[in-house]
Amino acid sequence: MKASTLRAWSWAHKWSSLVSTLFLLMLCVTGLPLVFTHEIEEAAMHQAWTPAHPNGPKLDLDQVLAAAMARKPGEVAAFMSFDEDRPVVNVTSVVPGKSGYSFQPIDQTSGDPAPSVAGHPVMEFLLQLHTDMFLGLPGMLFLGAMGLLLMIALVSGVVLYAPFMRRLPFGTVRAHKVARTRWLDYHNLLGAVTLAWVLVVGVTGVVNTLATPIIAYWKDTALKELTTAYDTPAPIAARSSLNAAVERAKLALPGKQLQFVAFPGSTYSTQHHYAVFFHGDTPLTAHLTTPALIDARTGRLAAVAPTPWYVAALSLSQPLHFGDYGGLPLKILWALLDLATIVILGSGLYLWLVKRGTLK
Amino acid sequence: MSRGHLSLWQVFRIPLVIAALSLLGLVVALLGDGVWDWIGAAALGVSAAATVWALVARRR
Repeated sequence: MKASTLRAWSWAHKWSSLVSTLFLLMLCVTGLPLVFTHEIEEAAMHQAWTPAHPNGPKLDLDQVLAAAMARKPGEVAAFMSFDEDRPVVNVTSVVPGKSGYSFQPIDQTSGDPAPSVAGHPVMEFLLQLHTDMFLGLPGMLFLGAMGLLLMIALVSGVVLYAPFMRRLPFGTVRAHKVARTRWLDYHNLLGAVTLAWVLVVGVTGVVNTLATPIIAYWKDTALKELTTAYDTPAPIAARSSLNAAVERAKLALPGKQLQFVAFPGSTYSTQHHYAVFFHGDTPLTAHLTTPALIDARTGRLAAVAPTPWYVAALSLSQPLHFGDYGGLPLKILWALLDLATIVILGSGLYLWLVKRGTLK
Repeated sequence: MSRGHLSLWQVFRIPLVIAALSLLGLVVALLGDGVWDWIGAAALGVSAAATVWALVARRR
């Protein structure tokens, strides 16, 4: 490689890393506990609970919705989701025009509140910091841009790896040399072994930062075409039965698992439809979501919206970023590789400080 | 730049194998549960194992 080419790659590696390092360090540090969110919340929030009537009949979804909304006057329902291991329906509601959600787990055998098993305040804080630094969409997109800088740092790092490693067998750590040499060796070793994982977690992280524009684009294009026949929103008083809508949607998508319902006017639906979301029942298709749109006035099936490629990409980017799809062994590897990434970021910063003479 | 001892292939072959196994592991764990998860974790785990091996065997 020519010296000038090498200098250009070196410049790209230095600046893409320097600009993003503090943010990437924040993401790695907050991401470490977030990998174990499920385990931490189970340990911190678990309490013995049994439904009011374990063997009794279950309320239908209209009754559950009425019970939940009676406790939140002035709010409108946005989402409804379903616990897998207990007869609990979760109702998320909002004050129209405001941000912030109310989340109510409801015992489906009685309509009474059930204890939360998710959403520990500390974990919610870490998640918000990790997602958008409490800055909303601009914060998310900014962290996405830091992810793109990480991609530049990875590519330039691979290019620079070659000249540094021409004389050293893979993995050499010159432990008896000065700190700068030793840390360069750690940086190169850890960078080489974690490359593919960092690339995957980085790219899927960037895709996740685009969730809001991706969903908005879906609603403005494909979903809009399905709903051009409707021109006025469906007010709450004019809505047909939610329970019947979900049953109708199940008929349209046999063999799939009910995931959640988005109410008319919420982020994941139109102004006119109950969007009833299903996922597949195999591990691969479990991450792929298909909504059935039910006309909220008439209860008729309006459409089964096909999932465009960019929504499928967003769906698959979630497990591949969170590392929550392969049990505890995969989570432990996620944590180890995250720690290795922290060492790479720290050693990179150290090497830069030494080179410019700030540190001896 | 002075000429080195190792070819590009020699420099990159081990990192390439580790990267390929890591990607394989990430995908395999996505395809199924149970034994798929264990194969996936084992393949991704090669990256961690190679680090430990290097820190022990390639220390000078």
